[in-house]
Amino acid sequence: MSFKLFSLLVQASVWTIGISAISIAIGFLIALGLSAALLSGKALYRKPAEFFISFFRGVPLLVQLLLIYNLLPFIGLNVPSIVAAIIGMSLCTAAYQAENLRGGFESVPKGLIEAADMVGFSPRQVFVRVKVPIALRLTFPALVNEAIMILKSSSLVSVVGIVEITRMAQDLASSTYMPIEIFSSAALIYLVICWAVALAGRFGERSLPGAAK
Amino acid sequence: MTLPAISVRSLVKRFGTATVLQDIDLDVPEGKVSCLIGPSGSGKSTLLRCLAFLEEASEGMITVNGEALGFFENAKGERERLPAGQIRAVRAQIGMVFQQFNLWPHMTALGNVSEALKTVHKVPKAEAEERAMVQLAKVGLANRAGHYPSQLSGGQQQRVAIARALALSPKIMLFDEPTSALDPELTGEVLNVMRELAAEGMTMVVVSHEIGFAATVGHQISFLDQGRLLFTGAPSEIFAKPRHPRLEQFLDTYLDRGASMLA
Repeated sequence: MSFKLFSLLVQASVWTIGISAISIAIGFLIALGLSAALLSGKALYRKPAEFFISFFRGVPLLVQLLLIYNLLPFIGLNVPSIVAAIIGMSLCTAAYQAENLRGGFESVPKGLIEAADMVGFSPRQVFVRVKVPIALRLTFPALVNEAIMILKSSSLVSVVGIVEITRMAQDLASSTYMPIEIFSSAALIYLVICWAVALAGRFGERSLPGAAK
Repeated sequence: MTLPAISVRSLVKRFGTATVLQDIDLDVPEGKVSCLIGPSGSGKSTLLRCLAFLEEASEGMITVNGEALGFFENAKGERERLPAGQIRAVRAQIGMVFQQFNLWPHMTALGNVSEALKTVHKVPKAEAEERAMVQLAKVGLANRAGHYPSQLSGGQQQRVAIARALALSPKIMLFDEPTSALDPELTGEVLNVMRELAAEGMTMVVVSHEIGFAATVGHQISFLDQGRLLFTGAPSEIFAKPRHPRLEQFLDTYLDRGASMLA
């Protein structure tokens, strides 16, 4: 297999990484809102959040992508397929990340909140200064896990016409008749990206303030 | 007679159908060390947590230097809850030290001690840290200011927690089994800090299994058993000639463990 073919796969990985990174970031922001709704104790907020999460966790991402891709033009929004892909991936990862964050917030030790109450923090100060930083520390490994899942799931956006690693590999395999070499190369590229994310995650976890060394 | 620092009247605390504190009357004298002793499950920690308003008493009144804590009796003689701001204001007179230290793990020792000064009292960072350093030096940990809780021993963590409470200049310090989570070797350093605090005339309420500390540092000892306050008196009365059979039984278990020389 030529260097030329391999470098085409590497170029396509820019799409894989780009779409995944943007989706993780947008998904995280949505997940913060969802987890706040889940923990608000008000059915008005909690019920829609629960419905959102059960929908996006209960329907295969492939189906979600196809649905969004076809639905957006149907309701008059003619957006590029990359936008449809990012919307689908963001909403899907938001559902998973929301559950992680909810678990994190619920696991903040009660004593740490009582200590903050005793020195006069307002509820908002308790949230910003104590609950959020500790919940983020607790959910950080799960967040790294989710990032890796999303990187691999991004192969599904090939169905809406985005030429990321998987789609590029399929195209090259059918034009060169070298499927074994090409799909092995694609596998290797995914492996390296995910390994790098895992490594960065472990480094990030160790450098959080106060992490046990 | 001066006003007691904390006064508890007819306090009852229930968790669901279980009554864990029954008809508690207690005066905590100003500038003195009051110890709450009793077997596990006797309600002494719950009583202390009521004094900090971390638990809300089901009935009865608590006043802190004459101000109602959490609830007050209105003109009709009904018990009414005070607004959150008022609760926070009364609570500002109280510092709390927990069994599990409860230091914030994402902040250094200095951060833990200076945080409330900065966040709640809007003291400029440099001044807040300067004041925090004074407290850390007081508990002998000035050289650990930049360490995170995970880098400190249990005894050091508890001393940081004491410094954190002291930084806000409380009038009363509450200690909830401050040495129970520590290795026996590390209890001494925490008890020494508490002794110094007592010597300075801090009003303290201490829940502890350290009978030796209670006997030597305490001015007033209260014995709780099964949610009732059975006896309050000077250490000499309590330890020399325990008049209540339940207290005698309780103390015997400690005397067995080598504390007899204290009697």
